[in-house]
Amino acid sequence: MIKVENLTKAFGSKLAVNDISFTVERGEVLGFLGPNGAGKSTTMRMVTGFIPPTSGKITIGAYDVVEDPLPAKRLFGYLPENAPGYADMSVRGFLNFAAELRGLTGDARKKAVGRAVEMCFLESVIDQSIDTLSKGYKHRTCLAQALLHDPEVLIMDEPTDGLDPNQKYEARNLIKRMGENKAIIFSTHILEEVEAVCSRVIIIDRGRIVANGTPQELKARSPEGRLDDVFRAITLPDTVKAG
Amino acid sequence: MNAWNNIKAIMKRELGSYFSSPIAYVFLVIFLLLAGFFTFTIGNFFERGEASLVSFFTWHPWLYLFLVPAVGMRLWSEERRLGTMELLLTMPVTTWQAIVGKFLASWLFLALALALTFPVVVTVNYMGSPDNGIILSGYVGSLLLSGTYLAVSCMTSAMTRNQVISFIVSVVICLFLILAGYTPVTDLLTRWANPSVVSMIAGFSVMTHFEGFQRGVLDSRDLIFFASVMGFALFTTGVIIRNQRAG
Repeated sequence: MIKVENLTKAFGSKLAVNDISFTVERGEVLGFLGPNGAGKSTTMRMVTGFIPPTSGKITIGAYDVVEDPLPAKRLFGYLPENAPGYADMSVRGFLNFAAELRGLTGDARKKAVGRAVEMCFLESVIDQSIDTLSKGYKHRTCLAQALLHDPEVLIMDEPTDGLDPNQKYEARNLIKRMGENKAIIFSTHILEEVEAVCSRVIIIDRGRIVANGTPQELKARSPEGRLDDVFRAITLPDTVKAG
Repeated sequence: MNAWNNIKAIMKRELGSYFSSPIAYVFLVIFLLLAGFFTFTIGNFFERGEASLVSFFTWHPWLYLFLVPAVGMRLWSEERRLGTMELLLTMPVTTWQAIVGKFLASWLFLALALALTFPVVVTVNYMGSPDNGIILSGYVGSLLLSGTYLAVSCMTSAMTRNQVISFIVSVVICLFLILAGYTPVTDLLTRWANPSVVSMIAGFSVMTHFEGFQRGVLDSRDLIFFASVMGFALFTTGVIIRNQRAG
């Protein structure tokens, strides 16, 4: 469903993303792992067509994101980093607006919004304005927006950031459940999360893919069988050198 | 018709956001108070003893100078500040649909403010028998004028996430659009430059092109002027947004 080939992004002379390639098929949950500033968000912004790549090719479904952005954008739902939302709108107003942009009207819109509200447990805040929501609810509102059109592809930038342990647990279950028939990419820097929900992990560091495999394969690289150790072993030398 | 549906959805949201905060009401009240003040007190509406709205329309370029950028300054800077721009532009909408939708919403709001000045039309019709054709043409000109300032504000708000900067830059550009054809300034310029140069500079001014509308003359050149400044500013907005995304 998602195919990324030799993706590169340069900001000035700095390479934020350096020659990344990967694919995600339906039924796969790909965890994007890496230290802060490794290029996770930049990659996701390119995959969703928000920023154009310096070079490389991104295909979602049958559509090239750069050449044919509209049909490609219809296929995915996107939860950007920090879960933005229009502060002055109510949750209902915001979801209705997002549904309209997804081409949903009348009954179809009502149904889609109702379903997304139910999935993300938003009933109790539905008429509250977004700037009065707690971080957890704000996050879920933005997630609901991404699920409205029941997309085949889900792209989420740190979907569990700022949630409390219960909400994290719920979010992971949701991702796992949806991963059965969707192609999902999500980024995180919480390692336990990766083990809990991902079918595959990519670790990126300073713009490059430094590891790619199932959580089990990656764990096998460490003598104690712990993902933390593998993550540190791969990404720490660079940090130390940089410091 | 997909494009139009997207534009409509974006317009509706944008208009709603004016009225869900005090901005809309504060703006409407201040606009109407100032319009009245300029017309009746500074413009000597009653002392003129003529049944026309000259004293009403004359002040619009100055009135809009501060009020229109106040309406337009948040259009894109707010999207950038909240991060919703990333959300909006990864939806199946094109950048130009978003630009046009937002612009039309604000313009509609300004049109509403202008429409609420109708008591002045009623007054002048009650007290005398004005040429209502000229009044209508004045309203058309005033609407185009506000749209032109608004397109400029739209452009400056795309440049920055800071609304204050967006406001100030927009006021300065609009001020230039006024002064280039403001009689005291053109009089000053004729002392140094030859008249054809001065009239060319004045050709860039909204004053020169708004003039005809106030006299009831709908000149296609004036229409083209306003339309092209709007088109240019909105096109530039698109370029700015694209460049920002490219990093």
